[in-house]
Amino acid sequence: MEKELATFKFRLWRRKITNFVMMGLTVVAVLVAIIPLIFIFYYTISKGITYLNLDFFIQMPKPVGESGGGMANAIVGTLILIGIGGGIGIPVGIMAGTYLSEFGNNKFGSLVRFLTDVLSGVPSIVVGVVAYTLVVVPMKHFSALAGGIALAILMIPTITRTTEEIIKLVPHSLREAGLALGIPKWKTTLLIVLKTAWKGIATGILLGLSRAAGETAPLLFTALGNRFWSTSIFQPIASLTVYIYDYAKAPFEDWNNQAWTAALVLILLISLLSLLFKILTRSKYKTNR
Amino acid sequence: MDIKLSVKNLEAFYGKNKVLKSMTLDIPRNKVIAIIGPSGCGKSTFLRCLNRMHEVVGGTIRGEILLDGDDIMKKDPVDVRRKLGMVFQKPNPFPTMSIFNNVAAGLKFNGYKNKKQLGEIVEKSLKQAALWEEVKDNLNQSGINLSGGQQQRLCIARTLAVNPEVVLMDEPASALDPISTTKIEDLIFELKKDYTIVIVTHNMQQASRVSDYTAFFYLGELIEYGETKKIFTSPLNKQTEDYIRGRFG
Amino acid sequence: MRRKWVIRILSKNFFKNHNPGDFLFERLTMFFALVVFLLILLMGYEMYDGSRMSIDKFGWNFLVNSEWDPVQEIFGALPIIYGTLVSSILALVIALPLSLGVAVFLSESAPPWLEKPLSYLVELLAGIPSVIYGLWGIFVLVPWIRNDVEPFLSQHLDFLPFFRGAPYGFGMLAAILILCVMILPIISSIVRDVLKSVPQSQREAALALGATKWESIKIVLLEAKPGILGATMLGLGRAIGETMAVTMVIGNTAKISLSLFDPSYTMASVIANEFTEATSDLYISSLIELALVLFVITVAINALARLLVWSLERKWKKN
Repeated sequence: MEKELATFKFRLWRRKITNFVMMGLTVVAVLVAIIPLIFIFYYTISKGITYLNLDFFIQMPKPVGESGGGMANAIVGTLILIGIGGGIGIPVGIMAGTYLSEFGNNKFGSLVRFLTDVLSGVPSIVVGVVAYTLVVVPMKHFSALAGGIALAILMIPTITRTTEEIIKLVPHSLREAGLALGIPKWKTTLLIVLKTAWKGIATGILLGLSRAAGETAPLLFTALGNRFWSTSIFQPIASLTVYIYDYAKAPFEDWNNQAWTAALVLILLISLLSLLFKILTRSKYKTNR
Repeated sequence: MDIKLSVKNLEAFYGKNKVLKSMTLDIPRNKVIAIIGPSGCGKSTFLRCLNRMHEVVGGTIRGEILLDGDDIMKKDPVDVRRKLGMVFQKPNPFPTMSIFNNVAAGLKFNGYKNKKQLGEIVEKSLKQAALWEEVKDNLNQSGINLSGGQQQRLCIARTLAVNPEVVLMDEPASALDPISTTKIEDLIFELKKDYTIVIVTHNMQQASRVSDYTAFFYLGELIEYGETKKIFTSPLNKQTEDYIRGRFG
Repeated sequence: MRRKWVIRILSKNFFKNHNPGDFLFERLTMFFALVVFLLILLMGYEMYDGSRMSIDKFGWNFLVNSEWDPVQEIFGALPIIYGTLVSSILALVIALPLSLGVAVFLSESAPPWLEKPLSYLVELLAGIPSVIYGLWGIFVLVPWIRNDVEPFLSQHLDFLPFFRGAPYGFGMLAAILILCVMILPIISSIVRDVLKSVPQSQREAALALGATKWESIKIVLLEAKPGILGATMLGLGRAIGETMAVTMVIGNTAKISLSLFDPSYTMASVIANEFTEATSDLYISSLIELALVLFVITVAINALARLLVWSLERKWKKN
């Protein structure tokens, strides 16, 4: 009896140690996961800030050997690219998401839902190849449009699924209230349901746009890049991410440094986008619920 | 008797499941008709057939529903719903709109633009719903900051603003406190001068207080229909009597 | 069936009891849903069409031939497929336990004041653009590997064939580490959500029987196994398709080598690196075929992963 109690006590002690060790390991895992984040932010800010000045935003890139210059064309290029991507991707995503939540309670809806999820896992470089065969080959040259279409394809799954999820959260009673007033379903959906859910949808759009702003792979052989000022959607266009890639690989220290600055500007741009959306979607009425 | 709404052989389904079995009844003009019965008897479904909201949730309707002699089943459901307004169990004002816009919503979204007239209609509807005095200074505030009873009256005003012919009420006071309930009941009494009202209720005192005619539903069937006084004092049917005496349901 | 529909719509009575605006609205949104559906088919077809030349020329040899020689126009993708699989699987092997640790900490033991900011940081990590990871890889990670990690490994573990050769920095090891950092937040945030959706009663039942915290978590983990598997596969899909960061640190050489110090190549990085330089039609066609292979693999992995996660959700909904 005493012996049994002793083994029990020993086991309990061992179990407690295991518990302590395993719970400790989870903390270690969190630390290990966070360290790279701190490193990346530290380097991007400390290295990027040295070249960050007004010139970077308003000047064009200088040829090799000349120091200074900026990436005005790439900043505008990135904005144009996500503009085209959003211009195509946002309406498609919102409409498809609306279908899924309002009419998609059937087999076709489930299939689309499934394929949207699968589409979101397709590598961005593959989307770039498709945009190349679909747009660049028939047009016979690289263009901002091809890059924008690639970004649109990448945005669509995110926007579709968030729109669906968010619209589903709008209480059914609101739809009924609209319909019972003799407002047609399409107006009820667009002007009441979507308007109520607008904040959440905007968050989904923001997520899609900021991801698109950070994409490089699908732009490499669609928008290509451009060392000159161009805002035409039918010409190759510069983007911050492709600049970062090119300048990081380049054997010139000056360019390497500018790559860090471009990275910092990209992160700032994404943060700015997020701030802008927060302000835009601030609701007029305080809700009690 | 002047018939406003005439229901003939109405059947309603959810998928293959029949929830209403061949109902036939006439609803007279400018009267209040109460529908009572235990929960699950199809009274809400019946109401939702009358303005074709039943189809919105995927149900199907068979039979005829004649509004002033025209079959609403052969009409655009959107037009039907403008003529038969509906007030729901739980108040559901539009959270993104002001009080004014809540009342004006039905008109605005149907392309009504005349601002002056819109203002007049909103005022008139809020007065009809006995809410005007309480909100006239806060018309630009959100509707969901009102109390539950006020919200429900806002929803009634919103329904009246579209100028319906019939007002359908689905247990409009069941989520409210007794004082708000009294207000809604007084309101119903006032409204029947201008409208025909069909009200679903699980509260038998309420039915006997507000209605002129009462229909008793049980298991998707119309068991008995007649003048309220008669139904509550000397029902013809045993089941009706049991229900009213509180023996089941 | 279809004809009946058309007749119904054309018949005089249809729009009498249907609202034309609503009818159009449903079809219109359905059209956009159809766009999403057709997009994936279109993608597959476009790549198949674009790679036809290469498929005709090499057939299945494309997948098993180990020579990738643009000059001689011989394209065998074996070393590239090898590089892709090895880098992603090894990254997954390292990232998985770490992700589980992070997910368990976030969902089971973090105090509420810490859980929110930490979750936010993890999501931030997932939001950093791939090219910035690559930039950091080139200038911080690779020098560190070259100067510290590889000399250390070859000194102490050189009996293993994996840690031999010149400490180059750029190569398989760098790619694995950077992939690991990149997929960790993805896996851990999905697993966290899966763990959170395990009914609380399961934990309480275990704790009430006298289990320690860790023992109750083990039960939760067991319950969430299909979800964890799904998250793992999604992470694998991401690793296989990850392009920029890998391209920037892997060394870009199509060669099969056991040593993790040697440079290698992945499907995504070959496409990123060589597409604009490809001059001949056959070369481009081969690169498109590579994209097609990558597409098929990632679609299969994602489809399986989603099905797993869905089946789990359905199971819990029933309970």
